[in-house]
Amino acid sequence: MPVLTLREAPPERLDFLAVNPLALSGLSQGDAERLVVGTTRRGLVLGDCFTVALDGSDTLTIAGGHERLDRVGAAMSEGAIRVEGDVGQRLGAGMAGGSLTVTGNAGPFAGSGATGGTIVIEGDAGDHAGGAVHAAKVGLDGATLVIRGSAGDYLGDSMRRGLIVVERAGAFAGARMIAGTIAAGTVGDHPGYGMRRGTLVVGGHGSLMPTFVETGALDLVYLRLLAKSLRPVSARHADLLANAPNGVPKRYSGDLATIGKGELWVAA
Amino acid sequence: MAEMTHLTLNGIPVEDTFAEAFDVAGTALIVTNDTARWAMIAATVMTGFATSVIGCGAEAGIDAELSPEETPDGRPGVRILLFGFEPNGLKDQLIKRVGQCILTCPGTAAYAGVDGPTKIKLGGAIRYFGDGFAVAKRLPDETGKLRRYWRIPVMDGEFLCEDFVRAVDGAVGGGNLLFLGRKHADTLKVAEIAVEAAAAVPGAILPFPGGIVRSGSKVGGRTKGMMASTNDAYCPTLKGRAGSRLPPECNVVLEIVIDALTSQGVSDSMRAALHAATEVGAAHGLVAVTAGNYGGNLGRHHYHLRDLLAKEA
Repeated sequence: MPVLTLREAPPERLDFLAVNPLALSGLSQGDAERLVVGTTRRGLVLGDCFTVALDGSDTLTIAGGHERLDRVGAAMSEGAIRVEGDVGQRLGAGMAGGSLTVTGNAGPFAGSGATGGTIVIEGDAGDHAGGAVHAAKVGLDGATLVIRGSAGDYLGDSMRRGLIVVERAGAFAGARMIAGTIAAGTVGDHPGYGMRRGTLVVGGHGSLMPTFVETGALDLVYLRLLAKSLRPVSARHADLLANAPNGVPKRYSGDLATIGKGELWVAA
Repeated sequence: MAEMTHLTLNGIPVEDTFAEAFDVAGTALIVTNDTARWAMIAATVMTGFATSVIGCGAEAGIDAELSPEETPDGRPGVRILLFGFEPNGLKDQLIKRVGQCILTCPGTAAYAGVDGPTKIKLGGAIRYFGDGFAVAKRLPDETGKLRRYWRIPVMDGEFLCEDFVRAVDGAVGGGNLLFLGRKHADTLKVAEIAVEAAAAVPGAILPFPGGIVRSGSKVGGRTKGMMASTNDAYCPTLKGRAGSRLPPECNVVLEIVIDALTSQGVSDSMRAALHAATEVGAAHGLVAVTAGNYGGNLGRHHYHLRDLLAKEA
């Protein structure tokens, strides 16, 4: 298993776009150490901050993360990356496949534009997790993003497809959603702000916008399929639907300021 | 019957001939409901008026009842098989039947029931009933494969329907057996037992009423323009005329017709029916068993009764 071991805190933000199992598998030890990861004129290379040990396998471990490691696993298409520690912004951005695990916290824009694969953040995620970066049309675009801790505001902003499972999210979760699914233990104020389509499943929420209307406690067949698809990712979130405290979760339809084809299911 | 070469199974003469069957387009649909009763109501209605592809546009039947563990949404279900001449005709019938019989039936949802090379749009067509309010949702099934569903608002909530189903290659329609008997009630009993055995084969259905057809046909007729007309050779009231194939003691002929998703399914189903019928044949005055064909030039699939005499393939 190739291992990158952090020697000391990076002196600047690092861009890990080019550091993934597939890219490293074709490189010699020396070439890998000379990969440019710096983002200033200093020309920082991988070997400056990390001890590099390669063996050609498709699971890369980054032993010792840091909040300055940006774009870890970005655009990766296969293999696995495990980060023991924190990462910076845009974790797994544009990722197409494979799996990405972070044992610590992630910065903003985790999973932005990711079309496939699975991203697991065992700690907390910053704002805009699964959200669109500025000027981008879509956020999460088909991948699965699991956040075991809390996510910041604007979780899944403009997400287009895929699944986000989170324990707690801040305000404006699912804002401007185009489609897709977000399941959250709780969300903050104004969930689904400007959402067009898509599904939010929550255990609890902050204040709702007046452009969300209650459509009743509906026992739809769709909920069974959704719960079944959530169960392998998180049984607890599947139970928000399958074993809602009041039998059937309550449904709100919105955001009626847009085409209003989105929905918010509230288990409590 | 004098010219017939007879084989024997369980003491019943079996004519040494073959059933002639055709390549058809076939698909399967799973319908589910909150109760098995309502799933069966939906399936029964959808497979109504589907005895013959010539007159009904499709041949359809109920393949199996499914337990909640066997269906995509964990509710009781029924697997329906639908056959047509070609995929386009099948699509037309599928959309009409789902649109009129499944969409309308309280609580029912519809899913693709078989994998195959040809896509047939289903939910993607019926969604227009939703008048722009329908939404699609792509969710992984238990194998992780993404499947797309349409959720169409209806008055009891939503009609959930898979985006498309698939037609299989190699479906066969028209496997058959004819039971020549003495008394109507006895022969009907023999045919019923044969139907039960034939229908138990997975992926095979018998589209006629109760699986049995009394009006077997031949190609063409004496009236100009008739595509098919009564199989006069097997009509007891026409016994004794030139061309009659019935021995004097035979007073009734009933036929079973089998469609299946595979040729093996037709063959297995015919084999099961032949054995079940001949086992009870002696007690019910069964005179002989034969099969219908058109001389072998119309259908690609020939099921020789000689090959079905062994209990196992």
